[in-house]
Amino acid sequence: MRTVNQPVRKVDYKALVTGKAVYTNDLAPSDCLVVKVIRSPHAHALIKEINVNQALAVQGIECILTYKDCPDKRFTMAGQTYPEPSPYDRLILDERVRFVGDAVAIVAGTSEEAVVKAMKLVKVKYEVLEPVLDFRKAKDNPILVHPEENWRSLCPVGADNTRNLCAHEVSAEGNIEAVLKSCDYVVDRVYHTKANQQAMMETFRTYTYMDAYGRLNIVSSTQVPFHIRRILANALDIPKSKVRVIKPRIGGGFGAKQTSVSEVYPALVTWKTGKPAKIVYTREESLTASSPRHEMEMHVRLGADKDGTIRGIDLYTLSNTGAFGEHGPTTVGLSGHKSIPLYGKAEAFRFVYDVVYTHVMSAGAYRGYGATQGIFAVESAVNELAEMLGMDPTVLREKNMVREGQKMPAYYGETANSCALDRCMARAKEMIGWKEKYPCRDMGNGKVRGVGVAMAMQGSGISGVDTASVAIKVNDDGFYSLMIGATDMGTGCDTILAQMAAECLECDMQEIIVHGVDTDSSPYDCGSYASSTTYVTGMAVVKTCEMLRQKICARGAQYLGCSVEEAEFDGQKVTNLGTGESITRAEIGNRVMCSNEEALSASEAFSSPISPPPFMVGMAEVEIDKETGVVEPIDYVAVVDCGTVVNPNLARVQVEGGISQGIGMALYEDVVYSEKGKNYSNSFMQYKIPSRLDVGTIRVEFESSYEPTGPFGAKSIGEIVINTPSPAISNAIQNAVGVIERELPITAEKVYWKMQEKRHM
Amino acid sequence: MEVQFRLNGKQVTVEAGGDTILLDVLRNLGCRSVKCGCETTNCGLCTVWIDGKSRLSCSVLAASVEGCEITTLEGVEKEAAAFGAFLADEGAEQCGFCSPGFIMNVLAMFRELKNPSVDEIKEYLSGNLCRCTGYMGQLRAIQKYMQSSQAAKTLEDKESSMEVSA
Amino acid sequence: MTEIAFAPFLMKLERCQDNVGPQEERRSVLLTISNYVKPKTLEEAYELNQARNSRIMGGMMWLRLGNARVKTIIDLSGLGLDQIEETAHVFRIGAMCTLRQLEECEGLKEMYGEGIAEAVRHIVGVQFRNQATVGGSIYGRYGFSDVLTALLALDTFVELYDGGTIRLSEFVNRKKDKDILVSIIIRKSKRKFHYESVRQTKTDFPVLACAVVTGIVNGQESWYFSIGARPMKAALLEKQWKVPKDADDEQLEQLARQAAEEFDYGSNMRGSAAYRRHLAEVLIRRAMRAVLSED
Repeated sequence: MRTVNQPVRKVDYKALVTGKAVYTNDLAPSDCLVVKVIRSPHAHALIKEINVNQALAVQGIECILTYKDCPDKRFTMAGQTYPEPSPYDRLILDERVRFVGDAVAIVAGTSEEAVVKAMKLVKVKYEVLEPVLDFRKAKDNPILVHPEENWRSLCPVGADNTRNLCAHEVSAEGNIEAVLKSCDYVVDRVYHTKANQQAMMETFRTYTYMDAYGRLNIVSSTQVPFHIRRILANALDIPKSKVRVIKPRIGGGFGAKQTSVSEVYPALVTWKTGKPAKIVYTREESLTASSPRHEMEMHVRLGADKDGTIRGIDLYTLSNTGAFGEHGPTTVGLSGHKSIPLYGKAEAFRFVYDVVYTHVMSAGAYRGYGATQGIFAVESAVNELAEMLGMDPTVLREKNMVREGQKMPAYYGETANSCALDRCMARAKEMIGWKEKYPCRDMGNGKVRGVGVAMAMQGSGISGVDTASVAIKVNDDGFYSLMIGATDMGTGCDTILAQMAAECLECDMQEIIVHGVDTDSSPYDCGSYASSTTYVTGMAVVKTCEMLRQKICARGAQYLGCSVEEAEFDGQKVTNLGTGESITRAEIGNRVMCSNEEALSASEAFSSPISPPPFMVGMAEVEIDKETGVVEPIDYVAVVDCGTVVNPNLARVQVEGGISQGIGMALYEDVVYSEKGKNYSNSFMQYKIPSRLDVGTIRVEFESSYEPTGPFGAKSIGEIVINTPSPAISNAIQNAVGVIERELPITAEKVYWKMQEKRHM
Repeated sequence: MEVQFRLNGKQVTVEAGGDTILLDVLRNLGCRSVKCGCETTNCGLCTVWIDGKSRLSCSVLAASVEGCEITTLEGVEKEAAAFGAFLADEGAEQCGFCSPGFIMNVLAMFRELKNPSVDEIKEYLSGNLCRCTGYMGQLRAIQKYMQSSQAAKTLEDKESSMEVSA
Repeated sequence: MTEIAFAPFLMKLERCQDNVGPQEERRSVLLTISNYVKPKTLEEAYELNQARNSRIMGGMMWLRLGNARVKTIIDLSGLGLDQIEETAHVFRIGAMCTLRQLEECEGLKEMYGEGIAEAVRHIVGVQFRNQATVGGSIYGRYGFSDVLTALLALDTFVELYDGGTIRLSEFVNRKKDKDILVSIIIRKSKRKFHYESVRQTKTDFPVLACAVVTGIVNGQESWYFSIGARPMKAALLEKQWKVPKDADDEQLEQLARQAAEEFDYGSNMRGSAAYRRHLAEVLIRRAMRAVLSED
């Protein structure tokens, strides 16, 4: 392959490294109204009165909008394909506020100073109500988060607002109780993962304006422009044809921007006033009123025989969706469906979940999307089983891991068409020196180093749902315009999709220009999430190129005066094989612009009935201070099977970045609430993401399988990479000092107390 | 009040209030490379040089830079592009939002430290957060850039010494 | 730069209690400053600072996070207070010296080894330390302050414009007033210094910070223990202990325990009081071992 599998630079790199004005706030016109949101100080309250008179008198204030100014039609902010599994439980502004930070009123004015001044003058009277803050007590609690009549769930996800339930499901195969009863060993444990922030460097931001056609234009840092169009039409109760969404460069998303966090506020202002408006979330807002990972509590029962054969897995997940149900019904599914299938020999499984509403910030999508939580639980349970059996956890996995060609009952019955998990394990062991280092080495200075292991899988798009379309046009001199609706959020999909197109069209990357997303002109794509872009949009690129090649060949043949069968297109020219006469693509490109009745372009769509999982093995080496419990990540080794690697550099950085986020989740990151539901983790001073001193060394290799249904054999890479650090690091600690902490993050203090407990046992 | 300073080699005069933040002034002067990532001095995205030293423009009062020499990424664009190419060769610019502040501090490091070790590099840049890359690609880019500029320098030295001997 | 300026934010940092109205905590440009003044003399600065709504500006790191309405902000950077002056008897650190200057000061390194740099180098990042001032750190008397913890263990004084020169240990517990901190003076004497801290991430506030100093004072072997981030502000303990250079682990453990027991500890989101108490014991012992093993 000439272009695919090559480490080409990103197509937009130059603008990024020289700091060009390419992001939302760089592009917003200077006359935008500044929009800010007044937020609730209470976790649960009813607004009794809002007095805006004094605030409106502040010079420069354009409008102050309250729930009285918003349509009373509920919608969801989740960027998902219609009909969304997430319940329609929101209004832009509501009379009832449901978490500390919930939107109370929108203030818009000509300057930030004016808006801030006005915000202080808005007088709100609340009837403060008792909140439900403990997600273990939410189900069937008499206090309801969504008592309203017009709450509705569009899909059969088991939601019931009269029980604080956002979703509920049971799935099973085989008789789990009977299998567990007959097992020699059963691990029965509860694991707890907290909410985590995506913490992309660019906070949520949007600007809006009316165009010459009287349509609402939205320029936003989003992963899901087409979903935003629908969400805003729903929120404002206006026809979808009235909304246009444009996505410029994005400063990171990681799932956060798969929810319409910031768009509704300036959109409402512009729709009401006709004036351009913008909102730029502060970091504090981004950490207190956004869309973090769902907190989950997972009860795992894992049954095995003496010889280490894992025979049954039973998982119950309780997921906390917070005040609203965005991504609630779907994230939870992955906690089981993408953890249980890692073990191919299980005779039975059962997976039950409840997703509950509470009065904390609403959760959303974050890289890994539930799989991260589930894999922490199941992989940790497997590591506990290894200890119970006195078996090396890598050996236990080698015995049980899913293999290529195996059917995965817990993964919707799909077959692992491509799976190099065994090779990943073998290579990871070599890389980290597992034989020499397992389980631990006393460093002789009060410190001990342990190694730990975990496996992971994810999907490649949502099977039977995700849809991507691509269009390619031939222009003068024969250059191509690649039109995609997939959203590059820094990850490089504009580049890797161009690489695929260049490969298919046998041309240089420079001959392809990529267009950013504009819902008015880009072909439909559900957006960049669910690890779908490389696989789903990539296949749409391949299909489109195939069609375009045929068309170019036919057009060339026509110009050469021969039949298509006699002509051949080699990427640069069409040749009449009979005469040797040829016409270049450049000439064809120029000729179709004169006296032509059929555009030379192609557009195809792709959707997949399956979602081939990438697989990986992660191994951690950590050093623990035996006296203080301080855990220091030393080395992290990851070997990934994402099928064919489309761009080795970009894929490697995906892995390194995901692992570093995973290390943050495992050791440092925590969203902490007060007893009254106030979020303390409201800045980068208090919510600590890892710096470059906190991740140790991360080393990555690829062991590629070939996915027959994917573009050039590729599968996804974006999400799976965050899944192994929590269980692998936990296992390394377990192997080093013999204690197991089942709640994340695993802080030094938790390790210390566990060691104390063990000492006194 | 009126504040005068040099921005990327050019004299500028701005009107600033007592609480006007340098970050906002620089962005309004067209230096859109300067980003704000946190408001609490933790992320390093707003890094600029004030009299040659890396500082956090989110916490500098515009009024206090009277007479100072201020450099943003726009003022060192060539050098940024040269180093940025190494970053891009690792795929480590990623979303790019932290790149300007990061590159400013990397270039400051090259001016301050001679052949920094890996530990020194990590420590010098610890105030530059990045959520995309996991930092490894950035480190590779720095190391390769140092090697290449070292090589270029050696070549230059060689050539100049040859000139002398000639 | 009085306490009021950053009170809500710091309460949150230090105690993490629900004692602040959340509306006030929305921190989008809540600090307002009407006038900026860069006085030519200390006298002028002092006069300006007597007004109720005046504040002295340090590095603007903490002041900015508060929600004060400042009428006049006073920038001392025109007063030549940005130097570390070394004489035969003292180090005189101007209030406007940056933490980075403190970190890189060769004289301090010669005198006390790497300890002071160690105390400072975890603070956020180089850019931050190029900006945050020693005066701001000391004047603020923050619970989380590494700088305060470190300097408290040495023979340190603060020079106040109006209040004269007083011991840092006295200044720490003094109520905040309208005086101006001019410089920090470390009296030179042959002492060994070691700094230890535990942090969740490497550039975070400490869970606990500890500085241990020993030397001969008035002909007696003396030990100084400063514990910061308890999470209350650093406190100092002085002991006239004779500790043999080859003291065994048990002896040191006992002494460390004894020292650690004399401090109070509290809980916040970075750690519990009990854990901090334990850490203090461990870090004191390690620091003692480190200074004993120095030549």
